[in-house]
Amino acid sequence: MAGGFFAESGADLELKDIHKRFPGFTAIEDLSLTIPAGSFFALLGPSGCGKTTTLRLVAGLEEPTSGQVLIGGKDVTSTKPFQRPVNTVFQSYALFPHMTVLENVAFGLKRRKITDPIGKAHEALRLVELDHLATRKPQQLSGGQQQRVALARAVVNRPALLLLDEPLGALDLKLRRQMQLELKTIQNEVGLTFVHVTHDQEEAMTMADTVAVMNKGRIEQLGSPEDLYELPKTAFVANFLGQSNLFTGEVASSTSTSISVEVGGRKVVVPKARAQVHEGTVTIGVRPEKLTLLAAEPTAESGTNIIGPGRVVDVSFSGVSTQYVVEVPGVGAVVVFAQNMSFGPVVQLGAQAWATWTVDHGFGLSDHPEALTTDADA
Amino acid sequence: MAITAFSGSAVAVEAAPRRRSRIALVLLLPGILYLVLFFVVPLVSLIITSLESQTAPGSGVYQYGFNVQNYSDSIVQYLPQILRSFLYAILATVFALLFSYPLAYFIGVKARRWPLLQSFMLILVIAPFFISFLLRTLAWKTILADEGPVVGTLKALSLLGPQGHITGEPIAVVFGLTYNFIPFMCLPLYTTLERLDVRYLEASTDLYASGWSTFRRVTIPLSLPGIVSGTLLTFIPAAGDYVNASQEFLGGSSSAMIGNVIQSNFLVQSNYPAAAALSIVLMAIILIIVSVYVRRSGTDDLL
Ligand SMILES: Nc1ncnc2c1ncn2[C@@H]1O[C@H](COP(=O)(O)OP(=O)(O)OP(=O)(O)O)[C@@H](O)[C@H]1O
Ligand SMILES: [Mg+2]
Repeated sequence: MAGGFFAESGADLELKDIHKRFPGFTAIEDLSLTIPAGSFFALLGPSGCGKTTTLRLVAGLEEPTSGQVLIGGKDVTSTKPFQRPVNTVFQSYALFPHMTVLENVAFGLKRRKITDPIGKAHEALRLVELDHLATRKPQQLSGGQQQRVALARAVVNRPALLLLDEPLGALDLKLRRQMQLELKTIQNEVGLTFVHVTHDQEEAMTMADTVAVMNKGRIEQLGSPEDLYELPKTAFVANFLGQSNLFTGEVASSTSTSISVEVGGRKVVVPKARAQVHEGTVTIGVRPEKLTLLAAEPTAESGTNIIGPGRVVDVSFSGVSTQYVVEVPGVGAVVVFAQNMSFGPVVQLGAQAWATWTVDHGFGLSDHPEALTTDADA
Repeated sequence: MAITAFSGSAVAVEAAPRRRSRIALVLLLPGILYLVLFFVVPLVSLIITSLESQTAPGSGVYQYGFNVQNYSDSIVQYLPQILRSFLYAILATVFALLFSYPLAYFIGVKARRWPLLQSFMLILVIAPFFISFLLRTLAWKTILADEGPVVGTLKALSLLGPQGHITGEPIAVVFGLTYNFIPFMCLPLYTTLERLDVRYLEASTDLYASGWSTFRRVTIPLSLPGIVSGTLLTFIPAAGDYVNASQEFLGGSSSAMIGNVIQSNFLVQSNYPAAAALSIVLMAIILIIVSVYVRRSGTDDLL
């Protein structure tokens, strides 16, 4: 890709059975994924789960212990980083301390002998609103400014594949939103492929076409933001992406379309299509905002699940919604988000309450949470 | 390395507010006294000596007189030795740098994963200091002597004529200088390379720079402080060195350096004014070269 031209379009990225072992530590385990050209892919996961390592494998800064990296259909596993049509916004920025901001941004363009590197570098700096600081050295900039220079230095190359390792983490909310829009625009304009690592779930959800949740070196689940949120498949995803109420119980009965799980002496129904496991002990869940809190026991209806009665142990107001925590005997704490449609809380602190939800909003997981089983027993 | 301070990218953004402090003065006092006693006093006495003239021609007794002619006389008389000194010193510095940089890079960057190997190699670099450098230079004289193994081998390979020598020739002097000053080059290089953040090198390769390009545009500029202090620590003493070039060691009559001339004027010919004048000239030239060099490498590190 040393052709001296900007990428005409994004390249697709394929990782095949990647393993990465450091001495005494396995950082990536059996990672396989395909990211189609022109898509915006977000990688989410807790600290130390292997996100940076994954990006380094793609950039060529780290060699996989086994497996292959394909960019645009070509096996690049054994090629050098400078031969790959990839640029990275490093988590640590890694701005060259002996060059000015402008020289930093123009570095990649000059190496590829692209015409008018200085003009293009100025343009990229204008994009991140730092053109007025072009002659400064990186150490004379604030953290957020350095981060934007790092962003400009990578974006200016218009690589077929752009790797962003928490590129907006040090920015304030307003600037971050603005940079998100700029990134989206650049990506759409040329149809570049972005792999974006972030800790900001909202950022991942709003920007990405596909989100992957990573945990301990594996991809737990991958899909569109809606799918991932509405239908998490593991306890980790259910709790990492937003909040979830999880209940573990035995499958008491099942029909052709749904299973019925015994939770706190009540039967909770989950559609089979939304449950990963259909027999034995299963963990099911529902998002807090899908629950309705009632002060009086509702009549059982098909199509709704009921949990309760429990005692409201916490009410916290957060502007658009109020969060209630209801302690249900035999089930544990159930969290409910209620929109603030009227003044005052729906139920008072200490009152008895029931929570109901539509059967279609529940989901069944393939595994069990580590903490919740013991929690529910207590 | 105190000399690193010269070339550091000390770009003061805004001068910090100055605070006068008695304590700082008290702490500086021993240093100032030391400098006055061991630098200023000898320097003044040297300058006075350099301006003395003989009471009567051939008397060998000197007295003070503003005799600036000492300078022009000794420069004219010893111009070949002066030029040779700087040529040899530059060559030795370049060779020492070419030899030491890969070595220091290996110890400081590549061997980071094996701390044991790192310390072992560092000890090897410093090990020569455990033996007097006179002895080591004499040892080289034996090795490079006409009956020695090196000359024998070279003659057998017809790389050296039947009448050829190594000792006494310029090549032996430059070799000796290079050899003796390699640790002085290697250690400052090592200290900067050891702190080199490889993430900059990764960023460079990520931005399409090949290995060589990364080395030239990132590694070298970032290790410039070490290069500057290493070359200064080699060049300055090498320019004034008189051991390697003396005839008892590796030199010959055609390879005498300014140090040898000063030595013989002081100790053999007892021509103190000439020796003093040459010393001042040597010092002045070194000062000029070094300040130009430091200034250039300080601001032009972006080439
Ligand atoms: N060179 C290395 N040698 C040994 N272990 C390493 C090395 N590099 C990374 N690791 C380990 O691999 C794991 C994954 O690291 P990685 O940097 O990919 O995490 P991350 O997901 O990017 O975390 P964060 O969100 O904190 O940046 C970590 O546990 C880390 O300690
Ligand atoms: Mg990381």
